[in-house]
Amino acid sequence: MSQYVLRRLLIAIPSLLGISLVLFVVLALAPGDPFSELATNPNVPPEVAAALRAKFGLDDPIYLRYLHWLSAMAHGDWGFSFVSRMNVDALILQRLPATLYVIGSAQILALLIAIPVGVYAATKPYSLFDQIANVLAFVGFSLPTFFTGILFILIFSVTLDWLPFVYSSDIKATGIRWVLEMIRQAIMPVAVLGLFQAASMTRFVRSAMLDVIRLDYVTTARAKGLGQAKVIVKHVMRNAMIPVVTLIALQMPAVFGGAIVTEQIFRIPGIGSLLISSILSNDTPVVMAVTFVFACLVVLFNLIADVLYGWLDPRISLR
Amino acid sequence: MLDKELRSMIGQVKDGRMDRRAFIQRLAAVGLTAPLANQILALGGVAMAEGVSTYKPTKRGGGGALKLLWWQGPTLLNPHFATGTKDQDGSRLFYEPLACWDPDGNMKLVLAAEIPSIQNGGLAADGKSVTWKLKPGVKWHDGKPFTADDVVFNWEYSKDPATSAVTIATYRDIVVEKVDDLTVRILFNKPTPFWADAFVGAPNSIIPKHLFADYKGAKSREAPNNLSPVGTGPYKFLEFKPGDIVRGELNPDYHMPNRPYFDTLEMKGGGDAVSAARAVIQTGEYDFGYNIQVEDDVLLRLEKGGKGKAIYAVGGDTEFIALNFTDPNTEVDGERSSMKTKHPLFSDPAVRKALALLVDREAVKKVIYGRAGRTTANFLNGPEKFVSKNTSWEFSIEKASKMLDDAGWKPGADGIREKDGKKLKLLYQTSINGPRQKTQAIVKQACQKAGIDVELKSVVASVFFSSDAGNPDIYPKFYADMEMFQIPMSQPDPSQHMRRYMSANVATKENKWQGQNFPRYVNKEYDEAILAAEGEMDPVKRAAFYIKANDILIADTVFIPVQHRLKVEAAANNLVCVISGWANETDNLFDWYREA
Repeated sequence: MSQYVLRRLLIAIPSLLGISLVLFVVLALAPGDPFSELATNPNVPPEVAAALRAKFGLDDPIYLRYLHWLSAMAHGDWGFSFVSRMNVDALILQRLPATLYVIGSAQILALLIAIPVGVYAATKPYSLFDQIANVLAFVGFSLPTFFTGILFILIFSVTLDWLPFVYSSDIKATGIRWVLEMIRQAIMPVAVLGLFQAASMTRFVRSAMLDVIRLDYVTTARAKGLGQAKVIVKHVMRNAMIPVVTLIALQMPAVFGGAIVTEQIFRIPGIGSLLISSILSNDTPVVMAVTFVFACLVVLFNLIADVLYGWLDPRISLR
Repeated sequence: MLDKELRSMIGQVKDGRMDRRAFIQRLAAVGLTAPLANQILALGGVAMAEGVSTYKPTKRGGGGALKLLWWQGPTLLNPHFATGTKDQDGSRLFYEPLACWDPDGNMKLVLAAEIPSIQNGGLAADGKSVTWKLKPGVKWHDGKPFTADDVVFNWEYSKDPATSAVTIATYRDIVVEKVDDLTVRILFNKPTPFWADAFVGAPNSIIPKHLFADYKGAKSREAPNNLSPVGTGPYKFLEFKPGDIVRGELNPDYHMPNRPYFDTLEMKGGGDAVSAARAVIQTGEYDFGYNIQVEDDVLLRLEKGGKGKAIYAVGGDTEFIALNFTDPNTEVDGERSSMKTKHPLFSDPAVRKALALLVDREAVKKVIYGRAGRTTANFLNGPEKFVSKNTSWEFSIEKASKMLDDAGWKPGADGIREKDGKKLKLLYQTSINGPRQKTQAIVKQACQKAGIDVELKSVVASVFFSSDAGNPDIYPKFYADMEMFQIPMSQPDPSQHMRRYMSANVATKENKWQGQNFPRYVNKEYDEAILAAEGEMDPVKRAAFYIKANDILIADTVFIPVQHRLKVEAAANNLVCVISGWANETDNLFDWYREA
């Protein structure tokens, strides 16, 4: 097992190198300049912007810049933000908690909705409940998060005035009030992301359940006189969850992607909004680092999916 | 004549026969801005007016929290490294300059004890030095005293090219010396009529020597205090997350009485302008939102909610269309828009003049800018004292058509005018920005009616305003016939703004397009007016030179002014905020309070 994980990690290195090279070249070829705002300020002579470009090595050839970046990365140096003049890793670490909190809660919400609804719908296919669940799921994943986000703001913040729509990273309260405020301000973004995830996941859980529920061993279990609950939970779900786990793991990077938009709408100071503002200000070291983190996440979650497989289904051996 | 009248008016103000306000209004009437009028008085021997504070609270603190929403949040908090106004705004929460600008363009004292004038010996009669007296007893937030050494240090820090400060242009050509612990003298290498640049206004706030002395030059980026400011301002620094939030708390030792009003301060970043306007005006979640570039009908609709309002500040920002004097379609020695070429269509002044007639400024105001714009005939729209009254504009498709007819541009079979085989086809570019694309459409429509074919192009702002010499779409390269944008006027004086268009400053391949004269306009008369203005200590004559320069630009149709744009902010109804069109939003923050 540990040998398998180690081997997979080693295989990941060349693919991450390839990804970083592609990212770097694309970013280097993309137009734009981190010091563009200086260009229209009559107070700042153009030489200043030129000196800054030279200082941050923006005028070097691409391959040199890539090698610099790579060797720095190997030493654990993530680079230096042009715009904030601080280390990129510090910048990302500052933003990570908010993203993990929102995405984690959204994912939990999605699972809490998708699994019960999907399982129950599968046990009674084409019932009224199943039909309604299906319709809602279709609606859910056809509506993009930027739309539902704005809709939620209009309903719950502007019209009803129940929830704040500007997320604050430090709430001035302690104890239970702090917890309540944290929950209150996260309700809308978590709901937007969670419901979107839940919609597609419900469909997936339902079809995975339906695949399994008709198999002979399930009939056998019933024939043994086991109760419906026990059959579903112990016999059907365990097997049906195998493809679902893969889906969830592989969807994680997509969740981060969806979070980028949601974070921007609700002003959540996460890495997604960091990515957007860095792209807008052409702060390439930050863009590079954040996209690279996303790339690492994809590789990591693939690995986790494979490992979970072995745990869920001992027949699959990992060598 | 103007000169003589001005002298007598200054005399009247001196003897108290005319009040200062009347004087400023008179000057405004002849086209000089308030800050300039005040500087004129200062040089004429009458001390510069001190901005009147409207601050009412009678005790420090007790105002609760002030919540500011900056939809582009500050990304660093050292004024010398500010890449944009957002960073200056954030730095100014904690750092202070010697003086700042109030809404009328008057100087307000911050760290200085008095405004330099000829009477108090602060201003040299030859305009080659200015002496500032510092306020005694001012302390940095860590308790260290603020002295002349700090001021001198800021000059040394910024002028060192290795520091790569963006303020270098302000400081590299001056000499700053310490006279005593509370007095500094600035020496200029030539007569300097606008002496209030160094150490004045948010961009030139002062950082403490004792925390930055070890980080001057190449080590500047390592300074831990780049991200945790220790200033002299009304609020003490608590926390900073780049692009997300800046927090501060009341400074109990602040040097101005009864200030500040608010107990805590929060500047939240992120999002977009429309939702920022919503959070301030409609839901009241925040007290103040900056730079609300939102269409006027949206703002009017939000204002019906009744929790906040849009407020406006008049400065000198002009949205203009610049015409290319060189040929963007011919390549000479690997360079388009080369100085060796002449624009095939615009070399006929009738074409340029006709275009000016085809820009419907009233429609642009009505449809796009609303309360945030004013129509104008001038390129230089502020300060008031420098604004020309000699110009006028009109929108008339008939006159434009007639002008083109008379010049021999006749409509061809396709309805597009042509002359000597050259068709009137123009490429009109700007940055991607809602109002700009709408303006383009308005201009294009009028041009079509007059038989001019206009092709529109819009470039992402981060590229258009980039200094990346490798990119063909940057505005200084000007690979188009017309381009539209604005150059912000960041201080109440036109000198930096107007000298860009001198012949020596044309943007070429040779200077990597760093020359600031992007229309590549060459006119000896213009150069002479600017040089004369820069050496002129008499404020009235100086203003007259700048007015003349403006009139030359308009007469030659180098620029077609589209709109004089005002600053738009969103504020809660009960917030009394002082916003100047000549300064950053946070420049007068010490005077903000809330009405019961």
